[in-house]
Amino acid sequence: MSETTAKSNVQEPAINSVVTESRGTRALLIGVAVFFLLIFLVVPLVTVFQQAFAKGVQAYFASFDDDDAQAAIKLTCIVAAIAVPFNLVFGIAASWAIAKFQFPGKSLLITLIDLPFSVSPVVSGLIFILVFGAQGLLAPLLNTFDVQIVFAVPGIVLATVFVTFPLIARQLIPLMEEQGNGDEEAALTLGASGFHAFRTVTLPNIKWGLLYGVLLCNARAMGEFGAVSVVSGHIRGLTDTIPLHVEILYNEYNFVAAFAVASLLTGLALVTLVIKAILTWRYSSELAAGAH
Amino acid sequence: MASLPAIKQPSVIPGFGLTLGYTLFVLSVIVLLPLFALFAKASGLGFSGFWQVLSDHRVQSALRVSFGVSFLAAIFASLFGFVIAWVLTRYSFPGHRLMDAVVDLPFALPTAVAGIALASLYGSKGPIGSLLEAIGIKVAYTPVGIFVALVFIGLPFAVRTVQPLIAEIEREIEEASATLGASRLYSLVHIILPPLVPAMFTGFALAFARGIGEYGSVIFIAGNLPYVSEIAPLLIVIKLSEFDYSGACAIAVIMLAVSFACLLLINLIQAWSRRRFGHV
Repeated sequence: MSETTAKSNVQEPAINSVVTESRGTRALLIGVAVFFLLIFLVVPLVTVFQQAFAKGVQAYFASFDDDDAQAAIKLTCIVAAIAVPFNLVFGIAASWAIAKFQFPGKSLLITLIDLPFSVSPVVSGLIFILVFGAQGLLAPLLNTFDVQIVFAVPGIVLATVFVTFPLIARQLIPLMEEQGNGDEEAALTLGASGFHAFRTVTLPNIKWGLLYGVLLCNARAMGEFGAVSVVSGHIRGLTDTIPLHVEILYNEYNFVAAFAVASLLTGLALVTLVIKAILTWRYSSELAAGAH
Repeated sequence: MASLPAIKQPSVIPGFGLTLGYTLFVLSVIVLLPLFALFAKASGLGFSGFWQVLSDHRVQSALRVSFGVSFLAAIFASLFGFVIAWVLTRYSFPGHRLMDAVVDLPFALPTAVAGIALASLYGSKGPIGSLLEAIGIKVAYTPVGIFVALVFIGLPFAVRTVQPLIAEIEREIEEASATLGASRLYSLVHIILPPLVPAMFTGFALAFARGIGEYGSVIFIAGNLPYVSEIAPLLIVIKLSEFDYSGACAIAVIMLAVSFACLLLINLIQAWSRRRFGHV
């Protein structure tokens, strides 16, 4: 959110102002908006926890006392632990190159980085099968070295990296562009090395945007369903992540367990949103606008 | 970097070659190569191969369902998204900040979780589904269910694209309009709305593009009946499980083409809007 949005939160127009609607119209519009948000967003959120605890606290915790559930949680953590740092390094490198320098083809580069956003999750999985699958582009190479990528953990990691690829870069580029080069130029003139200038000058300037980017990337990486579903092969206990395990439990009509496992990811989403709200509220100028 | 003097403007800041090189390398391996594989496979099909996949009635109806319902859901999300963005930016009421934070929920909540929550809410035994069924609207296992899921997914795009622009409107212009005798409705239609329309279109195009490809939140509530509530992404998954890679690629290429067309449209709208209204 931009600074103006955050400020407008506290900007209450006078009741009889010519630049606002009548009291009745305002009440009606607020009613419509709140009703809509409640029905479409808040109620589904509450449903997750209500269903997870439908048979009591004990049944909720019993859902995690299961080898497959634990294997899914572990795999999801491993995948996020690889995908998030990878995209973090990429995001920092890309935003440094794009925000700090002027070069031709820059907007094309940004468009290409954004591409994964406009690819369906299912297609994101499909393309990795076309590269690494049994009949894929690199199949002869993989067979020679006897490496399995799709229907195994590496494929899940690749699909997750692809789906979350633009998130951190998208958060950092506008932020670093807004801050300009002045601070870094001063540090370099005073004799700092490039890396030293990045660590002591750039990093403190972008830390809140970076934190939100990492959190959102992590939430998306842990929750990715479509792309991972296509490349995972659904081997229970081996290549099932949390969202895939939720699907299995739901299709087996094991609703308490499905929603209990789902509540972990819901909790993660809530933490992400709360931190975003706090950051937007306190550091709005340091958290540049980004639709994602 | 001394090796790349010609392509960038001079700067004392180091690391251009390293960071740009790394960016291009990773981008090529992770994004461009796999997408290239898709287009290579699809072009191998040839026109007749494409036609064979597309002449299948099941494929046609899946594409019709995906495009049609995404379109309607994106319109619905844009209209209500505008009202929500307006209320969140202009009015202050209890719970205002909470409501603003909730808008981002579909960005952070995994689609499969949204899918099972919506399915259990709108199912015939669910709290909302049973109410709607009493008045004759069946949601789960029909295209209406797909519509509900896609509104959920598209809403944040619709709200977040217009919200910053509503915040930027200069109050002085509205005051001038009112002082010169315009009614509030006249000011709204002639002064406030025109600069917001491009952003509303952008929000609509983003929600539409996202809706076409959406999978996780839809499949649980849709019931996935072929010819009725089967979406194109699900058909790709089905074709893959039958090892029909050509069929899967043909559908994928059509979906990608429409998504890229939306992306292009968004860029054109934004470029026009910058020229016309002087903002992004």
